[in-house]
Amino acid sequence: MPRSALMGTRIRETRLRRGLRQVELARQVGVSPSYLNLIEHNRRRPGAALAEALGAALQIAPGALAEGAQDPLLDALREAAAAGDTIEPAELDRIEEFVGRFPGWAELVAAQHRRLAALEQTVERLSDRMTHDPYLSAALHDVLSAISSVRSTAAILAESDDIAPDWRKRFHANLHADSERLGAGAQALVGYLDTAEDEEMSLAAPQEELEAWLAARDYHVEALERDGAVPIAALIDDAPELATRPARALAGRFLHRYRADARALPLGPFTAAVRALGPDPGALAARFEVPLPMVLRRLAALPPREGLPQAGLVLCDASGTLVFRKPVAGFALPRFGAACPLWPLYQALMQPARPISRRVEMAGRMPRRFLTYAVCAPHPPTRFDAPLVVEATMLILPAESDTAPAEPVGTSCRICPREGCPARREPSILAEEF
Amino acid sequence: MSKHALLIEDEPNIIEAIRFILSRDGWRVSTHDTGADAAEVIARTDPDIVILDVMLPGRSGYEILDELRADAATRDLPVLMLTAKGQERDRRLAERAGASRFMTKPFSNSEVLAAMREMVGP
Repeated sequence: MPRSALMGTRIRETRLRRGLRQVELARQVGVSPSYLNLIEHNRRRPGAALAEALGAALQIAPGALAEGAQDPLLDALREAAAAGDTIEPAELDRIEEFVGRFPGWAELVAAQHRRLAALEQTVERLSDRMTHDPYLSAALHDVLSAISSVRSTAAILAESDDIAPDWRKRFHANLHADSERLGAGAQALVGYLDTAEDEEMSLAAPQEELEAWLAARDYHVEALERDGAVPIAALIDDAPELATRPARALAGRFLHRYRADARALPLGPFTAAVRALGPDPGALAARFEVPLPMVLRRLAALPPREGLPQAGLVLCDASGTLVFRKPVAGFALPRFGAACPLWPLYQALMQPARPISRRVEMAGRMPRRFLTYAVCAPHPPTRFDAPLVVEATMLILPAESDTAPAEPVGTSCRICPREGCPARREPSILAEEF
Repeated sequence: MSKHALLIEDEPNIIEAIRFILSRDGWRVSTHDTGADAAEVIARTDPDIVILDVMLPGRSGYEILDELRADAATRDLPVLMLTAKGQERDRRLAERAGASRFMTKPFSNSEVLAAMREMVGP
């Protein structure tokens, strides 16, 4: 059925609702009643001028009667029908009749379909967040381990009558220890979820939008590498992930700097130099005569290609807040809240302008080694007696095969198992002490 | 002769419970609690079946399984993976790495026993 059929049906429905007789309407717009009858039964299409006159006579916004205006609604309804999972499928062949006869209900169905899609996206995002949150994932692992032990031990005690007394005593002791550990773990989780909610929604969200957009591109913005003249605003407009105004503002700032970096260190020559000199920020900064932080950012923006380092990058401001996070496997970055004070990033923050390179070992069930380069640089002052604004940058390179002594670091105290750490600011929830 | 099961797991209380139920079921059980040298221990002790935890200190269960499957001597060794995460992604990872079976913590003792009997046969 052609989509234009809708227009006639709508004209008829609207006219009847307004209590207008066909003859009257025909006279008002200057056509014969029989011609109007053909139009109303979708056998003729009115021209643009007549459609406008009909719209005016029926007090419908100009264009609302026209074919194109209804398309988004029809599309939304078709999508809803396709996504629908009802026993009786939607009558797709009568979709225009539906829209024509029940415009309000049709709008409602379409609006609910859009709302459903938006909610599904939110749920997906939240569940994704749960899966990738290092704190949650470590805490849940701990709780599950304890539960496994409790379940298995309790089943032994419940199902066998002939356990030797010393074994029985041992299993009881294990149950006791595990249940204490469970209690502590569950309490810590509840506390975490209580406080996490507000922080997550307000502070971290725009940064996460930008990070999600960058992650989808491996943190390599090809459009800016190819053509330094491409307008930043157009790039942002093309990114549906950057939905909120704060996220778009963050993206604008990030992309302007990215473009300046790419102009100073064009991908071709920079890649060639990295292949020749290795990922050595000092040597690269000397070769190109550019500031160190720029080299660190550039190294973290290399495309994922054979022979090029795949590095993580974190940036923080003078308060220690992480303002940019590019993760690298094995070096978990906290999603919010402060990171490990032993990170070379913070060591650099305390000694502005002094470049620091450190081998570190990330705490965890599977400790990993990394080579980090960190430096803190002030933003150029804009006036006298302005507050000093600094930014620290740290590049994180995987160094699995490196056996040289490495400094112990963690992600964040709450999920760090290291005992006796002089920099610890709160107890770990990993409950190693049980 | 009884079959030999090697349990690679770092939670002492889980080790104790599994060791108990397997021994009662007639298995000879040995245990190991770190990932780094797990493959070496497997090669040396030559078990009939391995129960392998995914999250081990030193090395992940997936990496150990990769190494076992790459070696002709252990390519077909029955391996029961234990993991604290039941998500689809972990199941896929375990399957891709070549796990014979996959069991999510918290597991039930009888399920573990039934799976092991099936995997090794009487």
